[in-house]
Amino acid sequence: MTFAEQLAQYLATGLVVGGAYALIGLGFVIVYGVTRVINFAQGEFVMLGALGMATLLGRGVGVVPAFVVTVAGVALLAALLEWVAIHPLRGAPPLAVLIVTIGASIAIRGGALVVWGTDPLALPPFTAGPPLALLGAVVVRQALWVLAVAVLVFAGLWFFFTRTYAGTAVRACALNARGARLMGIRVERTHRFAWALSGALGATAGAVIAPITYATYDMGLMLGLKGFVAAVLGGLVSPPGAIAGGFLLGVLESFSAGLLSSGYKDAVAFLILIVICIVQVAGWLPWRVAGEGEA
Amino acid sequence: MRMLTPLLLALLLVPVPALAQDAYRVGAIFSITGPGSSLGIPERDTALMLEAELNAKGGIRGPDGKVHPLKLVIYDDASDETKAVLAAKKLIDEDKVVAIVGTTLSGTSLAILDTIQKAEIPLVSCAAAVKIVEPVAERKWVFKTPQSDHLIVGILVDYLKARGLTRVGWLNVDYAFGQLGWIEFEKAAQKAGLTIAANEKFGQKDVDMTAQLTRVKAAGPQAVIVWSIPPSASIATKNFADLGLRAPLFQSHGVGNKMFIQLAGPAANGVVFPAGKLLIAEHLADNDPQKAVLLAYAKEFEVRYGSRNTFGGHAWDAVQIVVKAMEKGGADRARVRGAIEGIRNFVGITGVFDFSPTDHNGLDSRAVTMTQIVDGQWRPAK
Amino acid sequence: MSARERWTLLLAVMLFVSGAAWGVRSTYVLSALTFVALNAIAALGLSLVMGFAGQVSLGQAAFYAIGAYASGILTATHGWNCWAALAMAVVAGAAAALLIGLPIFRLSGLLLAMASLGFGIIVYYVLVNWSGVTGGPSGLTGIPPLAIGGFRFDTDARVFLLAWTVLLFLLGLAGNLVDSRVGRALRAIHGSESAAQAAGIDATRYKLGVFALAGGMTALAGGLYAHYLTFINPSPFGFGYSVELVVMVVLGGVASLWGAVLGAAAVVLLVEALRAALPLVASSRGAAEYEIVVFGLALMAFMIFLPGGLVSLRGERWPPARAER
Repeated sequence: MTFAEQLAQYLATGLVVGGAYALIGLGFVIVYGVTRVINFAQGEFVMLGALGMATLLGRGVGVVPAFVVTVAGVALLAALLEWVAIHPLRGAPPLAVLIVTIGASIAIRGGALVVWGTDPLALPPFTAGPPLALLGAVVVRQALWVLAVAVLVFAGLWFFFTRTYAGTAVRACALNARGARLMGIRVERTHRFAWALSGALGATAGAVIAPITYATYDMGLMLGLKGFVAAVLGGLVSPPGAIAGGFLLGVLESFSAGLLSSGYKDAVAFLILIVICIVQVAGWLPWRVAGEGEA
Repeated sequence: MRMLTPLLLALLLVPVPALAQDAYRVGAIFSITGPGSSLGIPERDTALMLEAELNAKGGIRGPDGKVHPLKLVIYDDASDETKAVLAAKKLIDEDKVVAIVGTTLSGTSLAILDTIQKAEIPLVSCAAAVKIVEPVAERKWVFKTPQSDHLIVGILVDYLKARGLTRVGWLNVDYAFGQLGWIEFEKAAQKAGLTIAANEKFGQKDVDMTAQLTRVKAAGPQAVIVWSIPPSASIATKNFADLGLRAPLFQSHGVGNKMFIQLAGPAANGVVFPAGKLLIAEHLADNDPQKAVLLAYAKEFEVRYGSRNTFGGHAWDAVQIVVKAMEKGGADRARVRGAIEGIRNFVGITGVFDFSPTDHNGLDSRAVTMTQIVDGQWRPAK
Repeated sequence: MSARERWTLLLAVMLFVSGAAWGVRSTYVLSALTFVALNAIAALGLSLVMGFAGQVSLGQAAFYAIGAYASGILTATHGWNCWAALAMAVVAGAAAALLIGLPIFRLSGLLLAMASLGFGIIVYYVLVNWSGVTGGPSGLTGIPPLAIGGFRFDTDARVFLLAWTVLLFLLGLAGNLVDSRVGRALRAIHGSESAAQAAGIDATRYKLGVFALAGGMTALAGGLYAHYLTFINPSPFGFGYSVELVVMVVLGGVASLWGAVLGAAAVVLLVEALRAALPLVASSRGAAEYEIVVFGLALMAFMIFLPGGLVSLRGERWPPARAER
């Protein structure tokens, strides 16, 4: 295996994992952008997407209906969570809301443990076949699905946010809730929609990566944290930023595992997080990390 | 606010429901939730199964000649050291148990050692780390049932050497199980003259080990060893197959459950790993002393809970050892401890135990055998 | 609460604690209350950061770990005197807090939360990977209990008394700090940073000082933990514990020093109470799992119906409630 082939392998691996991080990061950005809440339970949506998909495929449901049902179900749950637990706390200190989302993540994880147990579930890739060789790198077919779905979602979101009335309304709420309300936009409904959308994004990420990573009740925490780092890397309020952040994080992780030390691979993501914060303080960052002057 | 603290304190002291007076009470601490739960749940299931089985026969005949029912008090430590310590103290002081079985993980077992030693109550751990029972002088009250890592690793290294596979790539999961395996392997490999061409780590929550395996592949090993448990062990196995590595793949006893095979799919075929005999009980020679015990346990466990695994076996051994000791020592903690030390030639699931004042594990390398996965089934490795 | 009231209350609690150390025979109850105290010391530090500096740290477990490992390694591996090691642990915790706080505290907002989150997780990976020093994932054994001359803090009653004495002492100290000139300055900063700065208060320095103080206190709790269990491994010091500490502070009420104690008590005792109230639950198949769900839901319900924390039940607030956005 030549060094160039190794590099190609690291890049390919990083991009695939990065695609999942980007989808998860987007969920953080949409909820934070619209409602100014950091949703700790975002990773649990990913877990539910993975477990839901595994269960439905295991029951013999086709890939497409299983995907649609799973994503819609998790989106509904996210909206429900907003309605029951987040909406009543509007105006409360951000910390209280953060704790509520922590409580929600604990409860969802526990619920998944009760329903699915501790054993990881395996599910078949969306299309069967041996791995492909691309530029010296080995790429499994499901990895291409991850990337394809991610790109499709990004394109869809771009269209939605820039070309539709509803999308523009969501953006308006993110920029200035009071102004949006004065313009006749129903802010509460937009909030619920933003939660549903982030739930759908998390579930999508979970559903497409599960054939590679399996599905377990406790997979959400680490994936959620990585997605959060991706979102922060991109400024926390910018969807394109989160996408770039996700891919960057995935590639950096893969290269550091391959070229530096695999033991510290996970630490790399969080080192980046600290560096971003410090660089932000120094004012060297060409974009701003949101959250400054808020909390 | 002033009402709340006493209220919570009062809850702490809720009395334990009264039990049959002459029941022998044994405590158990398993990781039913948290990262250790895939081990802890079969352990709890096995313990409950044994309790029901024993009590169906009336119970334990103590040294007083009377038959006492067995009462297990099981707590979940959530794979958390602090909770394990509290659970141990609760079992000792509130539930007044005679002995404690568990914990599931090495970290929680080491965390409760101090409590156990001071309270002078026998503990039979289901966790593997050799530090749990050594040095024996400082571990008077502590025993364990899983094979120590040096036994397992020793058999694996012998197997590699016998086949001339001397250039080895190694990967381990970055928590206690993987680290302890690595420490023993490094020692054994040096002694046996093996070359370690690559040494990599990954996290139990990692979703992809391709990067680490790429490094291993580049090092050109004759054999690759992955020391982990599912799901990460299964992901590594799939990545290994996808990357087209041709060297034979070896794993640890951590993959000794059906879940590993289900998750890794066809990639699991050909994997060779050292483990207890439970998995290949059907294929053992008829004169193997363990065969009958293994088959009986496997059958009963599989009827109730699903596929057998070696972790449940550790709990079976631990409960049986305590029960055997109580037949001699009754409800007296010190006498039960002494009785455990005196157990010889006890045919268990993990192996044949010969405890002594200097050996609180009681196993030797006969408790380990090389197992191979063939068409999704366990077979003795050739 | 005036200074006199505060010290009276502390004295009353101290008497109660001494009584408990004599009267309670169950090592289980004493041990649970010892963990309450250790958590409360760490939570108290964090509540100063949250109450004074208006910042959240999502990496307090790192300081707990630094304290535990510094004291554990210095005594078990290098044979230091345990009190010198414990003092060193406090210094290390405070220094680490300064190191991470120095570049961050010039800006407000969520940056500290993010940076501390990253710091906490990195420290965890260092504990796991630097096995030559920390013992790696399988941990560090052979840490001696604390001792003064021949008197060893090696029974539950003794450690319980020690931990609560330290906690009450720190509570008194923190109360004094709140009432002092420094406290007034910090309260001014909490009210409006720009106004405080206009009045000549160096906000960054004060906030940094509080963060370092919290780092030292949390490290002290970690050191006590190490000498109490005589064994440490990385797993109790993960991200989950950082979150648990934040939960304790918010449950108790950010706006009160006693809130940290109440929150710590609530979290530790709730888990134990669940175990006591349902003694048969874990013994039957598939039921221990419900504990987690109940805990999560209870936490949510609590914040929805009592966002001010436990102390708000009493109506006292410190610092004065801010106009909520």
